[in-house]
Amino acid sequence: MTTALSIQDLRKVYGNGFEALKGISLDVQQGDFFALLGPNGAGKSTTLGIVSSLVNKSSGKVSVFGYDIDTQLAQAKQCLGVVPQEFNFNPFEKVLDIVVTQAGYYGIGRKQATERAEHYLRKLGLWDKRNERARMLSGGMKRRLMIARALVHEPKLLILDEPTAGVDIELRRSMWDFLTEINAAGTTIILTTHYLEEAESLCRNIAIIDHGTIIQNTSIKALLQQLDTETFILDLNGGFKELPSLEGYVIRARDANTLEVDVPKAAGLNALFQHLAAEGLDVSSMRNKANRLEELFVSLVDKNLKQESA
Amino acid sequence: MNTRLLWTAFVTIVVKEIRRFTRIWVQTLLPPAITMTLYFIIFGNLIGSRIGEMGGFDYMEYIVPGLIMMSVITNSYGNVVSSFFGTKFQRNIEELLVSPVPNWVILSGYVIGGAARGLGVGFIVTLLSLFFTDLQIHHLLITITVALLTAILFSLGGFINAVYARTFDDIAIVPTFILTPLTYLGGVFYSIQLLPDFWQGVSQLNPILYMVNSFRYGILGVSDINIGFAFAMIVGFIVLLGGYALHLLNTGKGIRE
Repeated sequence: MTTALSIQDLRKVYGNGFEALKGISLDVQQGDFFALLGPNGAGKSTTLGIVSSLVNKSSGKVSVFGYDIDTQLAQAKQCLGVVPQEFNFNPFEKVLDIVVTQAGYYGIGRKQATERAEHYLRKLGLWDKRNERARMLSGGMKRRLMIARALVHEPKLLILDEPTAGVDIELRRSMWDFLTEINAAGTTIILTTHYLEEAESLCRNIAIIDHGTIIQNTSIKALLQQLDTETFILDLNGGFKELPSLEGYVIRARDANTLEVDVPKAAGLNALFQHLAAEGLDVSSMRNKANRLEELFVSLVDKNLKQESA
Repeated sequence: MNTRLLWTAFVTIVVKEIRRFTRIWVQTLLPPAITMTLYFIIFGNLIGSRIGEMGGFDYMEYIVPGLIMMSVITNSYGNVVSSFFGTKFQRNIEELLVSPVPNWVILSGYVIGGAARGLGVGFIVTLLSLFFTDLQIHHLLITITVALLTAILFSLGGFINAVYARTFDDIAIVPTFILTPLTYLGGVFYSIQLLPDFWQGVSQLNPILYMVNSFRYGILGVSDINIGFAFAMIVGFIVLLGGYALHLLNTGKGIRE
């Protein structure tokens, strides 16, 4: 399988001496939907900035579909589409002009550029806004405009830096559907996000970066298997008189009608439900306290912080 | 990128630049037209009629080439400095930086865009001057070549200023404190023959004097300086500033972290 992105021993020290990346290595395979997660300031945007040549690296190697960014930068860039975290288009330009102009930078003639712009603006629900100045768009529309602009030259690798930040749930879901569709059509996608539900729903593989180092790089499935306890919230019909207890489970009361239970993965839920039924408690609904990946992410980052402090 | 793709990218940048300054024509094309009309009326007609001849021509005829050149210089410089700084400020320079467009094409695109505005305004001012004087062009090729090279040179200057600029104040400093005084002292309104020898020598250190005079030579056929030397100097400055601007882009000065 072709490697879409290869990063080897990448380091970045900013002019003020801050070491943002401490020699990270990472491979993303062609066709993957890859999540790059990490707390604020961990080094995600620096990594993606170097890959998209917006940030100069201090040392290390980066190649995109085999093209080294030091020696074959133009070929590497031709394979790459970038959706940055912050809006970076000219707000006074028209939506269609922004997308067509971007295509021109890749050498695509005006006729073909306009056809492609129409295709992606329609796909992203912006065709009706094509003659609006970009500053007149809502936040969600601006994000979609940046996606259309990044796709107009049909890159093999699409990098999205927090594409759904500040976007309402309905729109986020429709963007997920769109990204899933283009990934299925063959575009490799790398995504950074703070919505861990997003990473869990969309991505197959994941790297977690913290303080400039990669602390996890595996499949989402393998990562979630590391989670040995999940916390569930149970809503009870009629509440409870006495807090139930069951060996191996930690049960807490949230209020008179709600329990919070830490469930060891090995123990499962059947024994818990049998016990609650035997005590005459009627469970009306159940939900995870937090997203599973979120629990794991927090524990990994905490662990890394403790190791660094030690 | 092959030649066809490079050409498409270059044309895209130039068209974007031209679209920008024509979209805001009230800020870019109208003010120099009004200012230069006032110069023609006040300096050319009202005061000029009392000054009499200069360099063998009536004063209005004498200052028209200088005023056209002044428009070319300030508008070429102003277009690139404000456009490229705006692009940096709004971060849409990233649209270009992530694309495979080579730096020399980016530079060429901005410079030709700036030259287009400089020459466009120069053309408007030339048309306006026809309301005040009969303009006879002595040497068309020299006139056009000097205007084009000067527009390119000051577009490069504007580009370098924009790369270094961090605030909007930084893009006003050079035009206000360097460009305007040098232009006024560059023989736009007078022949340096009027100055004492010492100040004639000092004036010859001003590069704008050579551009104004070679352009005046193209139109009127008179000049205070040697035309061949003026051409060599303009081309020399273009090579120097062009090389430096490209070096700044290659190192990512002010645009890459």
